[in-house]
Amino acid sequence: MYNFEFERPTSVADAVKALGQEEAQPLAGGQTLIPTLKQRLAMPSKLVSLSGISEMKGITQEGRTLVVGAATVHADVAADGTIAALSDLAGNIGDPAVRNRGTIGGSVANNDPSACYPAAALGLGATIVTDRREIAADDFFTGMFETALDEGEIVTAVKFPQPEAAAYAKFEQPASRFALVGVFVARTGEGVRVAVTGASEGGVFRWREAETALASDFSAGALDGMAPEADDMISDLHGSAAYRAHLVGVMARRAVAAAR
Amino acid sequence: MPKDHGIGASSKRREDVRFLTGDGNYTDDINVHGQAYVHFLRSDVAHGRLTSVDTSEAGKMPGVVRIFTGADFEGVGGLPCGWCVTDRHGEPMQEPGHPVLAQGKVRHVGDPIAAVVADTPEQARDAAEAIIADIEEFPAVVDMKAALKEGAPKVHDDLSSNLCYDWGFVEENREAVDKAIQEAAHVTTLELVNQRLVANPMEPRVAIGEYSRARDEHTLYTTSQNPHVIRLLMGAFVLGIPEHKLRVVAPDVGGGFGSKIFHYAEEAFCTFAAKAVNRPVKWTSSRSEAFMTDAHGRDHVTKIELALDADNNFTALRTDTHANMGAYLSTFAPSVPTWLHGTLMAGNYRTPLIYVNVKAVFTNTVPVDAYRGAGRPEATYQLERVIDKAARELGVDPIALRRQNFVTEFPYATPVAVEYDTGDYNATMDKLEEIADLKGFAARRKESEARGRLRGLGVNCYIEACGIAPSNLVGQLGARAGLYESATVRVNATGGLVVMTGSHSHGQGHETSFAQVVADMIGIDENMVDIVHGDTANTPMGMGTYGSRSIAVGGSAMVRATEKIIAKAKKIAAHLLEASDADIELKDGAFTVAGTDKSVAWGDVTLAAYVPHNYPLEDIEPGLEETAFYDPANFTYPAGAYACEVELDPETGKVTVERFAAADDFGNIINPMIVDGQVHGGIGQGIGQALLESCAYDENGQLLSASYMDYAMPRADDVPFYSVDHSCSTPCTHNPLGVKGCGEAGAIGSPPAVVNAVIDAMQSGGHKVDHIDMPVSPSRVWTAMNG
Repeated sequence: MYNFEFERPTSVADAVKALGQEEAQPLAGGQTLIPTLKQRLAMPSKLVSLSGISEMKGITQEGRTLVVGAATVHADVAADGTIAALSDLAGNIGDPAVRNRGTIGGSVANNDPSACYPAAALGLGATIVTDRREIAADDFFTGMFETALDEGEIVTAVKFPQPEAAAYAKFEQPASRFALVGVFVARTGEGVRVAVTGASEGGVFRWREAETALASDFSAGALDGMAPEADDMISDLHGSAAYRAHLVGVMARRAVAAAR
Repeated sequence: MPKDHGIGASSKRREDVRFLTGDGNYTDDINVHGQAYVHFLRSDVAHGRLTSVDTSEAGKMPGVVRIFTGADFEGVGGLPCGWCVTDRHGEPMQEPGHPVLAQGKVRHVGDPIAAVVADTPEQARDAAEAIIADIEEFPAVVDMKAALKEGAPKVHDDLSSNLCYDWGFVEENREAVDKAIQEAAHVTTLELVNQRLVANPMEPRVAIGEYSRARDEHTLYTTSQNPHVIRLLMGAFVLGIPEHKLRVVAPDVGGGFGSKIFHYAEEAFCTFAAKAVNRPVKWTSSRSEAFMTDAHGRDHVTKIELALDADNNFTALRTDTHANMGAYLSTFAPSVPTWLHGTLMAGNYRTPLIYVNVKAVFTNTVPVDAYRGAGRPEATYQLERVIDKAARELGVDPIALRRQNFVTEFPYATPVAVEYDTGDYNATMDKLEEIADLKGFAARRKESEARGRLRGLGVNCYIEACGIAPSNLVGQLGARAGLYESATVRVNATGGLVVMTGSHSHGQGHETSFAQVVADMIGIDENMVDIVHGDTANTPMGMGTYGSRSIAVGGSAMVRATEKIIAKAKKIAAHLLEASDADIELKDGAFTVAGTDKSVAWGDVTLAAYVPHNYPLEDIEPGLEETAFYDPANFTYPAGAYACEVELDPETGKVTVERFAAADDFGNIINPMIVDGQVHGGIGQGIGQALLESCAYDENGQLLSASYMDYAMPRADDVPFYSVDHSCSTPCTHNPLGVKGCGEAGAIGSPPAVVNAVIDAMQSGGHKVDHIDMPVSPSRVWTAMNG
């Protein structure tokens, strides 16, 4: 990697200030950033570690909402269990080393098209809390590796409403074991949400046709024979667009069947 | 009762103490005082002309000692090829040059253009980024058949085409085979790909060059499976250093699987540069570099035809293979698709007529060479797949069809030049049927189907030629080396032994199993025997470890040397006991006069050898140290039968291996636990090839699977618990231990079993799929079933 300055502030305010420097970059868990730096594919002037900010860590319950601090590692979310589907998803990200380093804030801010957390955030209708505002998940994920975050804006927490029933079904890419296709299905008081990761060139998305079908009949059978259009799906070594589109249907049915 | 020591005992691997506690001494653990570091600037295009390499700015960067380019190596030899194949028409193969650093052209992504030597690795890398290399990019050839078309871009401008050789074997059989196929009652044809793989040993390659001006001596520390071969190739052909001025050390090596047999440019560079800059020079490969510079494996495209008569007897076999050589000839590359492949096409069967055609092709890809099994997996895969397809076409049981055609009388001379000394293929198949519980398969299939899964059973046999190799034979076949092995047994005064072997252990456990053999022969504790390997300065000239040769060839050399020791020790004992040496017996570490209770201990004899106060000095020399070289009379032929059961999720196409059984005949076994481990590892790699691994290039020669994000390695949860058995034993008839070798069997025997099982599963679901190429990925399965 190239040389960089390093700062580890203890408050969100100090972190925002530190990120004011040109080419400064937050380090939230480093599961993508560190390999990128090692390959010299990024050249930040400064890394601002978010791991020393205690107000960004931990999981609390506010009424029917679960508030997960952005610097909370996957292993802690996996152990929490308040929203079973969310904990299950977190417990199956990567391997133990990844789960004890990677953070939820880092994952949603990076918005890797194959990451798991964006599906949970979008599927549960979460709210992304930043140092300056709150953004609905529907508005937050704007494209592959793109979000609504401004330059220097830090995700501080993610708020998840407790669903009536939810599940995440992931089909792993054989090499990386990221999601080749992952589908998060949630039934909430406000309806059914189906969020798909891994499949689309545009990153995580809501599969509206499935949501409509499930709204009137929340059963796997309601999705029989359904699959999204393959047009915008990723096609690579590990699967064609048509295969991914097909898998979205399969994984959605499995998630519905598993939802509780 | 299993034995608790000596030959046949599952002695714990003594080397694992240091491997598992972080006390190993790997090449990267070695740091030489004053060392500098090299970073290679590598081509990021697959094919092009190097119009200029401007190092002027880079040379001024901090810490830079010197920057080397191809021009610095103009008077230096290229990397040699160790095997010359003669083509169908009696002509030698086309053999291009292989410069240490690219000269004039770059020919694959990763080809080294320049090398920066600097005080630190980071400084070397910084400066490498500042080098301006202008490359006029040419179209790349990646696909082998396209590379052979008229007008295809040439990888090497000085060759007549991209064809390395067109090999026919046995050429005299060609017409007879054609005729037999024409007249056959049934012919089964199969086209398949044995995909390119990356070896991926846990330890990436490392090289450190060191030069002593005072003594005019070079030392190379390197991650090698055969340090003497590197010393000979690099010393004699590349750098012109006589062997007595060049020491090559391959210390603890973290796996090789073939990829560390070969002589690589980085080894020659570090040795050369250490003298040029008068400082030790170290290179440590990154994993990314390993993907684009370690020799790859396999990469065959094959059409195979099996002819049968009306009674389902095999009558002829014809194969047509394109084998990818990559951009240059790696050290033993030409031998892999020819002599390590064509000679195994008879398999376990009495097929009277066989013809094998292989076209070896240059492409703009990383060179391809031996990888665990090397040619034999390619032979086994195509043969066992086509037999399975034939059984389905004929509606006969695939096991019965195999049994009907088994070789049952030994020795058996195949129509492809080799003679199997011994074997019992029905015995291993019987054992397989038992340990795989084939009777229970129908019930297991039913249970899977109740859960919405398809279940398939795949069975196959394999044979391999190990114990490489009789030197006079391989010399006739084009090898530019002998393939004997050596051992020096040095007995110390107080009775302990050091065995210096020319073979090399990089995970196989030689330090344990070799000690078991010598200790057993003398009748002493294994812990009195130490095995030394991996340093040309203190081991006799040897050819290293690959081709499952170490116990069969290296072990035999060790036996011969130990026999000499025992013969001499008996003479000393006879003197001490005042008896005739013909009457001396050695048992449990004591020499006894036959038929008496007169005895002298091993330690008394060894002490006498080094403190020869009471010693027959007029008849024998003092000391107790002997060397033997062993050149095998034939290959060894391990064989066996494997069974795989898979479950297939028809909705996603995902295949999981549920059961795997292996019945092997390895002849005599030294350490059953180590043999189990070798088979387990081999099957793991075979399942990896069958289901997961693939080294893929795009049409421009860019490596698509250049990291573990896209190259799928098998992990613990990808493999089941194995049932392995090696109780069926027909000892090798021509080496003193009766051993055959076990290192590659698992990787050779398992891919066809997996793919046969997948086909069986798909067909059980009513899908008319009769072939699928490896890796059998979920996406490929789903596409095959829904295409």
